[in-house]
Amino acid sequence: MHDQRTSVAIIGSGTIGTDLMCKVIESEVLSLAFVVGRDANSKGLAIAKERHVETSAEGIDFLKENADAFDIVFDATSAYAHAQNNSFFSAAAKFAIDLTPARIGAICVPSINLGDVGQQQNINLITCGGQASLPLVHALRNTTKRIDYIEVVSTIAAASAGLATRENINQYLLTTEHALARFSGAPEVKAILNINPAEPGVSMQTTIYAYASFDDFGAIELEIERAADAVREYVPGFEIVLKPVLDAGRITVSVTVRGSGHYLPQYAGNLDIINCAAIAVAKSRHEHIASKKS
Amino acid sequence: MTNTIVLSDASLRDGNHAVRHQLTAQQIASYARAADEAGIDIVEVGHGNGLGASSCLLGKATSTDTEMLAAARANLRRSKLSVHFIPGFAKTTDIERALEVGVDVFRIASHCTEANITRQYIEHAKQAGKTAYGVLMMSHMADAAELLRQAKLMQSYGADAIVLMDSAGFSTPGDVAEKVGRLVEHLSVAVGYHAHNNLGLAVANSIVAVQCGATMLDACVRGFGAGAGNTQLEALVAVLERYGYATRTDFARTAVLAKVTESFLPVRTPHIPIANITTGVYGLFSGFVPHIERLATELKIDAFELCARLAARKLVAGQEDTIVEEAHRLAAEMNVTRVAA
Repeated sequence: MHDQRTSVAIIGSGTIGTDLMCKVIESEVLSLAFVVGRDANSKGLAIAKERHVETSAEGIDFLKENADAFDIVFDATSAYAHAQNNSFFSAAAKFAIDLTPARIGAICVPSINLGDVGQQQNINLITCGGQASLPLVHALRNTTKRIDYIEVVSTIAAASAGLATRENINQYLLTTEHALARFSGAPEVKAILNINPAEPGVSMQTTIYAYASFDDFGAIELEIERAADAVREYVPGFEIVLKPVLDAGRITVSVTVRGSGHYLPQYAGNLDIINCAAIAVAKSRHEHIASKKS
Repeated sequence: MTNTIVLSDASLRDGNHAVRHQLTAQQIASYARAADEAGIDIVEVGHGNGLGASSCLLGKATSTDTEMLAAARANLRRSKLSVHFIPGFAKTTDIERALEVGVDVFRIASHCTEANITRQYIEHAKQAGKTAYGVLMMSHMADAAELLRQAKLMQSYGADAIVLMDSAGFSTPGDVAEKVGRLVEHLSVAVGYHAHNNLGLAVANSIVAVQCGATMLDACVRGFGAGAGNTQLEALVAVLERYGYATRTDFARTAVLAKVTESFLPVRTPHIPIANITTGVYGLFSGFVPHIERLATELKIDAFELCARLAARKLVAGQEDTIVEEAHRLAAEMNVTRVAA
């Protein structure tokens, strides 16, 4: 029987790429062509080989030579590398799902705007803090007259913060703030990232602070619950740990994200949420491709 | 025997924690001018958590970073202006704005095990021709070997010095000796220490740090800082003098700084009144202080001078009558001088 799955490649064999590989292997609609990195001795490539996935340490050059073997590429390198990689993806008409904060393509949060994916060549998944907060920010926007200020604070476990993230936290903040402004409409936004080295690792936690004008706080509470349910459709470990609290005009709401434990332990919800978003986008693309074939 | 110790005054940054980040540009301007006159080497300014940290999470500052830095800049002639910067709170655009205002020293800080998030910012400050320090916060949460690994990363990024922060005021002199000693032995750049006084050890820990080779110390006027406060500048300088370490300021000038800032810097962090530090410096019985202060006020005489004279007479406890006699003698001599002038 002809394989109906859509073939994907992963570039970047760090923590994100390795966790993503586990998720692609489990997927019923995606088939993994290969995982490529830059370091032949990397732990991620070793794990891929163990799981009988074809690998290469030739990075983007290997993808160029094997361009016929995949339709979708997940880029889990760095913002800087993605900017270079995408010139090839674009020229080769490959659908790129960008897990770096490079912000070249259209930004996407599956529970908000997955429907826009079909028209794009490159989808940017913002950041883990963005994926955790934006569904709730969107819910706030839907239930308030105006949002004046949004602040999002995320704390992630040190072991889950890869080198590319560490070397460019600035880009993480800029990309998160860009998306916060875009989805909230607020004139002032702020993103903060903490890295906590505690062992065992702490679960990813994200808190949203907002100043907004609204008539019905009950409607906000309901909409936040609905938004969390929608996220749980593709991120099972998404949980509200502090329901919306109103204090002197300020709304506060907190979530934690427990990971699936695919690659890193369950505390690494930051990997899980952006990778679950990536899989959701890839599935949507698969359906788009399938609908064109039929 | 000794190096000159560089003093970095964090009153206008760590002190902001003590007033929930509400220091005004006017307070900053006044303090910066006084600190400059007192011969402080470096004046650190900003939100308690540094550049870009004004937020719901940490507390909104009453002044913007640029307002605070500009107020200090305009009042510093010899003292250098510095900022605290934590990746994850602040962005490179915050560094660019600080450069425009004229900041001299960028103290790039991370939790003590996460130094590899500081590279971009240390390099940025160095490329702009400025001084960059690597700061390892909460240093009680890592052992000496780990701190050295982290410090070496910052050194490799171009940091001009490494500062260990005892952010929780947890460390004992033994901890400080081991950790600072390890860094001094294995780094090629200068080492600094930033203490908090939760356990009453801030000055002692700072002295141990310099004895182990640190050449920079952080301190705050009247201990003005987060929680129990920082190393109290006046007490620190008094003790450094006792140990023979040179600074660009001296105890008397820091005492004046503490005094003049009383009128505009509301310090509620625990600290030792300058009169008590003075009797400590001169080895006078602690119970003398109320007598000295009362006479200094009544007779309009200089309490420092009175202490110096009492110390010269080697008073023992119980000679409170001699304080009165010496105070009147000093007042009479001063009146002669005043009439002559």
